[in-house]
Amino acid sequence: MIGNNIQLDKNGNLKHFLTTEGLSLSLLQSILDHAESFSSVGERAVKKVPLLRGKTIANLFFEPSTRTRTTFELAAKRLSADILNLNISTSATHKGETLSDTLHTLEAMHCDMFVVRHANSGAAHYIATQVAPHISVINAGDGCHAHPTQAMLDMFTIRKHKQSLRNLRVAIVGDILHSRVARSEIHALGILGVLETRVVGPHTLIPKDVENLGVQVFHDMDEGLHGVDVVIMLRLQTERMSGALLPSAYEYFQRYGLTRKRLAQAKPDVIVMHPGPINRGVEIASDVADGEHSVILQQVSHGIAIRMAIMAMTMGRSPEDSEDSR
Amino acid sequence: MPDDIDVKHLISKMAAAIQSHTDSHNNIAPIMIGIKTGGAWIAKALHQQLVYREPLGELNIAFYRDDFSTLGMHPRVSPSALPIDVTDRHIVLVDDVLYTGRTIRAAMNEIFDYGRPARITLAVLVDRGARELPIQADIIGKTIVLQAGQQLKLLGPEPLTLSIANVGSRGN
Repeated sequence: MIGNNIQLDKNGNLKHFLTTEGLSLSLLQSILDHAESFSSVGERAVKKVPLLRGKTIANLFFEPSTRTRTTFELAAKRLSADILNLNISTSATHKGETLSDTLHTLEAMHCDMFVVRHANSGAAHYIATQVAPHISVINAGDGCHAHPTQAMLDMFTIRKHKQSLRNLRVAIVGDILHSRVARSEIHALGILGVLETRVVGPHTLIPKDVENLGVQVFHDMDEGLHGVDVVIMLRLQTERMSGALLPSAYEYFQRYGLTRKRLAQAKPDVIVMHPGPINRGVEIASDVADGEHSVILQQVSHGIAIRMAIMAMTMGRSPEDSEDSR
Repeated sequence: MPDDIDVKHLISKMAAAIQSHTDSHNNIAPIMIGIKTGGAWIAKALHQQLVYREPLGELNIAFYRDDFSTLGMHPRVSPSALPIDVTDRHIVLVDDVLYTGRTIRAAMNEIFDYGRPARITLAVLVDRGARELPIQADIIGKTIVLQAGQQLKLLGPEPLTLSIANVGSRGN
């Protein structure tokens, strides 16, 4: 497993953001608190603060993404940083020489931060070990391993709707096996101390040892949703699947699709989340995705605030002493 | 023992000075904005005494500080809240202590990201000198020159107390 020491500087402040695993409760809360402050920036006449003026951020996307890349881009721009978008083809990526050459080229351009999306698990961690000491690396999704900013924006969305996370039952439904979002969420929910985290899905899409992460496993959707406060639906990641893990999209929807009828098993004030993009009629019914319990579009706005908070925290480390000099 | 200063009296004095100052520019109704955290406490007290009809604005200048690259993110203060459009308004900007002037510069930068005010008047509870930028207050509650090793301590919001504390050689 990837150690988390590399994420923190010698004072325990965030330097890279690669995984939620192993981070402290106070650090996660501090990310959520800072995001709260940043969320008001988007509502003003000038949607910009000068915090990262003069810094250069490179979005390194070795795997296609629209939503994550654009929200990182918008977050960087709202912090007044300059941002470079590099969409690097995944087809012939060999971790190693090609990747290090790309990194050294970008370092020579005096970039201060790399935001990395890669199809291989561990890619962001590897890059963090290779870069010059002043560069921060943020993981924007690596293979089936982690997607920590998505997990944090989901925690932020939950906190916005539910007063305290401590009494919550959260169900993560669908393709847990291929989901880096699910892994990062399970760790974050555990650190934030929710009452119960459930994973719901077919045997073939739930990792064998997932109970070791402190979650309850359900293969029946109605049982899994019973009495929950939050439902997090996952996209079926057909592009990551090999072999016959699923019968058909239609049959999957019959057993694990989120419909109004199924949602009635949850608490009356349940919120429904989805990291997007949504496959309507595959994992979620259209009327639920657009319904009154859905907070899917709020997740997108929250994604900008969370990414601003994480970028600001990694680029400028907190002062040891909070005293202000005027 | 710390030396206590009568904050109530200073605030009444400031309120009267603000009233006559804004009356002399009475073509525009003033609105008040306090800088968090201490300035917002003082602003709240002034806002009550002056019975302004419009709500008090609060500014968190953490995102505009000029020491971010060396000090990093400031510990969290709740976000800015300007419930009124600042464009073409007369703003009474309130802070607790005016020192280097850097906080005021940051606050003015932030205000201009919300709109273009007609005028900004600066009111501070304490002016302790030692400016590093060409910024002066229009209304000053009290001028205090601190000796080495002394620090101002403002506690609030209720009750508001201001004292000079001796912190010995550890002071900044």
